[in-house]
Amino acid sequence: MSNVRVLVGTRKGAFILTSDARREQWEVAGPHFGGWEIYHVKGSPADPNRLYASQTSGWFGQMIQRSDDGGKTWAPVGNQFVYDGAPGTHQWYDGTPHPWEFKRVWHLEPSLGDPDTVYAGVEDAALFRSTDAGQTWQELPGLRGHGTGSRWQPGAGGMCLHTIILDPNDPLRIFIAISAAGAFRTDNGGATWRAINQGLRSEYIPDPTAEVGHCVHHLAMHPSRPRVLFMQKHWDVMRSDDAGDSWHEVSGNLPSDFGFALDVHAHEPETIYVVPIKSDSEHYPPEGKLRVYRSRTGGNEWEALTDGLPQSDCYVNVLRDAMAVDSLDSCGVYFGTTGGQVYASPDGGDHWAAVVRDLPPVLSMEVQTLP
Amino acid sequence: MIRIVLPAHLRTLAGVGGEVEVEVRPPVTQRSVLDALEARYPMLRGTIRDHLTGQRRPFVRFFACGEDLSHEPPDAPLPEAVASGSEALLLVGAIAGG
Repeated sequence: MSNVRVLVGTRKGAFILTSDARREQWEVAGPHFGGWEIYHVKGSPADPNRLYASQTSGWFGQMIQRSDDGGKTWAPVGNQFVYDGAPGTHQWYDGTPHPWEFKRVWHLEPSLGDPDTVYAGVEDAALFRSTDAGQTWQELPGLRGHGTGSRWQPGAGGMCLHTIILDPNDPLRIFIAISAAGAFRTDNGGATWRAINQGLRSEYIPDPTAEVGHCVHHLAMHPSRPRVLFMQKHWDVMRSDDAGDSWHEVSGNLPSDFGFALDVHAHEPETIYVVPIKSDSEHYPPEGKLRVYRSRTGGNEWEALTDGLPQSDCYVNVLRDAMAVDSLDSCGVYFGTTGGQVYASPDGGDHWAAVVRDLPPVLSMEVQTLP
Repeated sequence: MIRIVLPAHLRTLAGVGGEVEVEVRPPVTQRSVLDALEARYPMLRGTIRDHLTGQRRPFVRFFACGEDLSHEPPDAPLPEAVASGSEALLLVGAIAGG
């Protein structure tokens, strides 16, 4: 019988939640790395027992931890992230040039085929890669060398590269997103990149349709259709049918199109999920009701999913990397909140239950479906 | 032997309990002590000072003999009591945050 393993990164450690395919009874293991911020934990698709974790601290900096036994034991690996060549400058909050400075790893994306290869999205925004299981890291400098780098500027959460999507059909194609620069794509393994922000409109930047400067919160893709991308922008839920060359809005009847989290059903590429948040100045759900919205039409037409979720006095947030799906026959959907709750739905969002309620604020969530 | 007291998170990271001891050839300075500490516990590289520049991380402090030595030059000799092992060098995570 299959199992699921949910990898939860929080402000004060990592937790691993496991269940069988019924997803009714859960075991909670952790905290791992108690007291440290765990921005992300993700397993290798090629070897599910190989996990990578980003462990970070305002005091002691960045660590990368690796597990080779599915998270039972961990060992620190390489934590040296050095920008390639002269770091250059990006735009600071006051508009002045500011040198690139490494702060932390937001997202780890293991290769689809090689457990020893893993990508790291970092703040200040850059993409790194390790091909020796995390021991050493090299920047893919073509991204910062895109030519617009000097105009990128940090969002409120920092200038982070937070999303990395590897194209399952084309090993040379990678999508990434940066707050607040936008989305980018390489078609040659990272040597050169192009901004893929045409169709985005952001009223909070001087030129609302500029090539870069958009605060993209998250991207998602179904592996069976790698040219179809979904985006939760600061405001607006967007869709591209041409690998990011152009975007159109699919916010439709959402109660708010501000939000962070976004994901795609494991078996239905036109079924997508978002968690609307009231506004960028409030960062909690509209009306105090925690609702996941599901579209079965690839956007525009949305239905509220509320069964099992708090429908009054709820003022948590769901962060950009804190939603994930499993690939069991009945697709499970999961998300974590800044209030420390982890909610799971074993039936594609129809019914929800809290797996655990009192973790530290959840920063990220990934799910592994194990044989 | 030079005695070093690490903050709790770095003790966990290094897998050590109380004080750690490292052998350091004179001169005994912040730099030579940290070089020896990182050689013995490589997982601590980058957690106390920058990998490349060697600059102390902002929220890490160096105390010994009742003094804050954090702003001393890295190659300045540490107090004789530290060099002789009668006093420990304290690496302290600064009070910050909530």
